[in-house]
This record gives sequence, C-alpha cells and structure tokens, in this order.
Amino acid sequence: MRTPILKRIDGGAPRDEIAFQLDGRACTALEGDTVLTALLTLGQRLRESDFSPLPRAGFCLMGACQDCWVQLESGERLRACTTPLVPGMHVRTGTRR
Amino acid sequence: MTGKRFVIVGAGPAGMRAAERLVAAGERPVVVDEAERFGGQIYRQPPEAMQRERRDLYGFEAGRASAVLDRFEALREHVDYRPATLVWQVEANTLQLLHAGRTRTLPFDALILATGATDRVLPFPGWTLPGVYTLGAAQVALKFQATLIGPRVVFAGTGPLLYLVAWQYASHGGQVAAVLDSAPLSAKLRAVPGMLARPAVAAKGAYFLARLRLKGVPVHGGVTLLRAEGGERVTALTWLAQGATHTTDCDAIGFGHGLRSETQLADLAGCAFDWNEIDHAWLPTRDAAGRSSVPGVYLAGDGAGILGADAAELSGASAAQAALDDLHAAPSSLSRSRERAGVRVPAMQPHLAFRRALETAFALPPRWAAEASDDLIVCRCEEITAGELRACVRDTGARELNRLKALTRIGMGRCQGRMCAPAATRLLAHATGCALKDVGRLRGQAPVKPLPVALLHDAAPSTLVPEDEDD
Repeated sequence: MRTPILKRIDGGAPRDEIAFQLDGRACTALEGDTVLTALLTLGQRLRESDFSPLPRAGFCLMGACQDCWVQLESGERLRACTTPLVPGMHVRTGTRR
Repeated sequence: MTGKRFVIVGAGPAGMRAAERLVAAGERPVVVDEAERFGGQIYRQPPEAMQRERRDLYGFEAGRASAVLDRFEALREHVDYRPATLVWQVEANTLQLLHAGRTRTLPFDALILATGATDRVLPFPGWTLPGVYTLGAAQVALKFQATLIGPRVVFAGTGPLLYLVAWQYASHGGQVAAVLDSAPLSAKLRAVPGMLARPAVAAKGAYFLARLRLKGVPVHGGVTLLRAEGGERVTALTWLAQGATHTTDCDAIGFGHGLRSETQLADLAGCAFDWNEIDHAWLPTRDAAGRSSVPGVYLAGDGAGILGADAAELSGASAAQAALDDLHAAPSSLSRSRERAGVRVPAMQPHLAFRRALETAFALPPRWAAEASDDLIVCRCEEITAGELRACVRDTGARELNRLKALTRIGMGRCQGRMCAPAATRLLAHATGCALKDVGRLRGQAPVKPLPVALLHDAAPSTLVPEDEDD
C-alpha cells in the first residue's frame, strides 16, 4: 500500500468534507485544506519535475519555492500550498497512465 | 493625520506592530499581505474552518501570539487590510498588486517593507524527493494545516528552529526518528554567554533539547547529510558523524540552516545593500530606526535581517515612527531627523547579542561547498547541478553571481533564487577562491513571483485599474 506523504493530527473541531477529483478519481478532503494538503493526505506526489520524470511534492509550503504548482483539468495552473481546495476541483498530478 | 498614504507590506509581527503605531498616530495604513490571514509565518493562523486552540498552535509563544494577533484584530476597522494580495513590483512610489486574478496599482507616500524570511537551505543529495521539506514547511504543515510531513520524521540541518520543530512534532504525536545538527553540540556551550542576553529564550531551547532526549529521540551534532534514500519518496536518510556512516529509516525529512531575508521588494524599490557578517548575506541598508537609503521606504522585521519575532515587533513600530517623523517633518528638517536616527535603539541590543550567539551555536557547515558532489542538484526548479556551476566557473571565468545566472540559469527558475541562492553563492565563492561577499547577490526581478501571462497584458500602464475604482 502507498502511504500518503502527510499525516493528519488528532484534535480540533470537526470539519465538513469537500468532494473533488484527482486524476479522474472521485476523492474527498476537509474544509480548510489547501490543494497541497488534499493531494498529499491521499497520495505521494503533486506533479512530475519539469526536467525529469521524477515526482515532486512541494518543499517550502509557504509560497516561496514554487515547487507545488499543479494543473487543473481545465488547464489552469495554481500553487497548491497557498490555494484553498474548492468543491468540484479537478486536479491532475501529471501521472501518466 | 498627514493625509499621506502609508503602505505596509507583510502582516507578520513587524507589519502588525507598524500598523498599530500608525493607527495610534491617527493614520489609516494599507496593509498588504500575501496570506489569507494575518500573523506572518511565526504566528500563522489556520483557515477559519479549522478551529484550534492557540496553546496548541503556538506552545510557549501562545501568549505573545495572542497579544499580537488580538491587537491587530482590534485595529481592523482602522486599517485598509488587503489579505491574499501579492506585491509583485515596486516602481516610482507605486506598488503593483495581484489579488483574485486581477492586478492593481497602489501609490504610496511611505512604504514599510516587512516581508519576512524563508528557510536558508544548503541542499544534500535527494533533497528533491517527495517527503523532504524545509523546517519552516514542517511547521506550516502543523500550524496551518494540522498535518505532519510524515508519521516518522528526521529533522536535520541547524538553527534554533531545528529543535523547536522537532519538539513540536514530538508533542503532536509525530515520531521523531532523529535530530541531526550539522553544528557540533559543543558549540552550544560556547554560545551560552551571548545567549544570556535573552535568558528566557535560551532556556526554552535547552528545554526542547532536554525533552527530546527524555522521549528517547537520538540527537547528534557535527553531522554531514550524505543523501535522502528512496525512489518515489524518501525512505531513509544516510548521514556521517565522527567518521561513521549511519542510515536512519524515516518517512519524511525536515531540514534547513537558519533563515534568509526576503529582500526582493527592497531591491526593486532601489534600496542600497550592505554586507551583513552575521547573516552572511547582502541586506538592504537601514539606519537604527529602519530608514532605507531611499526616502519614503522603510524596512522592518526579518525581511531586513534575521533577528526573530520579538525584535520584528520592535523594528516594525520603530520604522512606522520614522515614517511618521519624516512625513510630518518639513522638507528642510528631513536631513536632521535622519541624523537623529543614527542613535542605536537600546531595546534592540539584547536581540543583536543573542543573534550573534545563535550564529556561534548553529554555525553553517564550513565545508559544505567543498564537499558538495558534482551531481548535487542545487537548483530544484531546473535541476542545475553543482558540477554545472563549477564547470561554468572553470570554462568562462565567471566570478559574479548574476554572471553565473546568465550563463547557467541558476536563480532564474520559478523560485527566482529563493531556494538556491545561499548554496550557489557558496559554491561560486569556493570555486573562485573569493569571499562570500565578493561574489555579489542575485538582483531582484519583477514580477517577484510567477504571474499568469494574461495578467501582464492587463497590467500594461494604459489598462491598469486605477486604485480609486476599488470596490
């Protein structure tokens, strides 16, 4: 089994679920999640490197390193660590199938 | 009131205190901040939907965080607060902003830059693998998103954040597989006299270390990071200490080597820079009150030099006062007020003494550039290696960082050198036999962060949305 990168901690008020799509699969994350948190509590990558087939999963998490840009199905690109997840988003991680 | 427009960039401790001082003087400052909520990185607040206790979020700093955050919250109706807004250019007393996919201009009479800092990173092989993050990122994951960068984490590098983050993870259910300090643990003892300038802060550091040891976390000093292991993600860290090689299994690595100031906007504003021996970096020149070399531009907080959150509060208030003094003063007395500011601010002295001691306790690995292998990726944006930089120096005689950038694209990727500049500077200095200060610094370029190209078309001067039409 592929363990996700990020692990949620216990505690805090209960949060509503948000439905979205990841590489064509229906998924859920939690209200208040960034796109990065949503993707990396479910999986292991955000995208492939621009210069090699190696996976990337962000680095600074504060909008400085620009490592976590992902693409939506619509073609729009966004920085995953600073963008709140929105219901119905369809994110592609660039995983080739 | 002066009838002048004061603009503060950044809503961390420095920016929030600057706003407070301006409001107290009857001004209504504009506060532009990239984050959705104020607080900066140190007092970063989770999204509204995620209700968490401040004690849980900020630990020992909860009281301080509450004081600063509550004070700014109370100011809100007196401040033109613009969250989720990027300043991407400063030119001719005007800021270019990006908010919700639209650009705007914002002219100012006084600009207070409180742009903060990011981790200073000296990379090691495998640092681009999923699961390897900065120490700051490990903290953001916890404070802002209630997540750990992994269930079993190695914290590495050096700096006070190393022990703080490790302790935060250990006390939030994370398994800390090891704390690997590149500085020798004996250096902490040598720094004790200087650290007594701020005994309470030094005591917290000692407490974190003691608690980690009590929990059985292995803590090692004098460590060289050899490589992060793994294919699709990190699975272990291999490291060297006292001549022996070790491999520690882990799911994640948090690392960093202190902090580096975000100086791009000061650079674009035309501020002069000086070499700073403590930060080992070129920093915007400022007088004791926070005036830059450019009239009307002021500097505060870690964005102007790394002194920490408490000093940032002092320098934010001080910079705001300097701006008030200058704008209230008649033009003829402006030079006099500049002279007056040459006097040192006594309250900053313990912070400066403490900062020097931290540099002793958490010195950067002195042989990093000499030991970096040729295949080490230095630029994670475009995967440029140490070997490519060395070959460029050898083949072209490049001796200056912007020249190296032109020839190799180092610092030209999407992060614009934020992640690679400390490493590239050291490799260049080592390869040329120059001092760090003599290889220069990367020049700031607008836009300071990536913008959609369609917006640049919108931002052509003839089509800019005037500030007055703001809704």
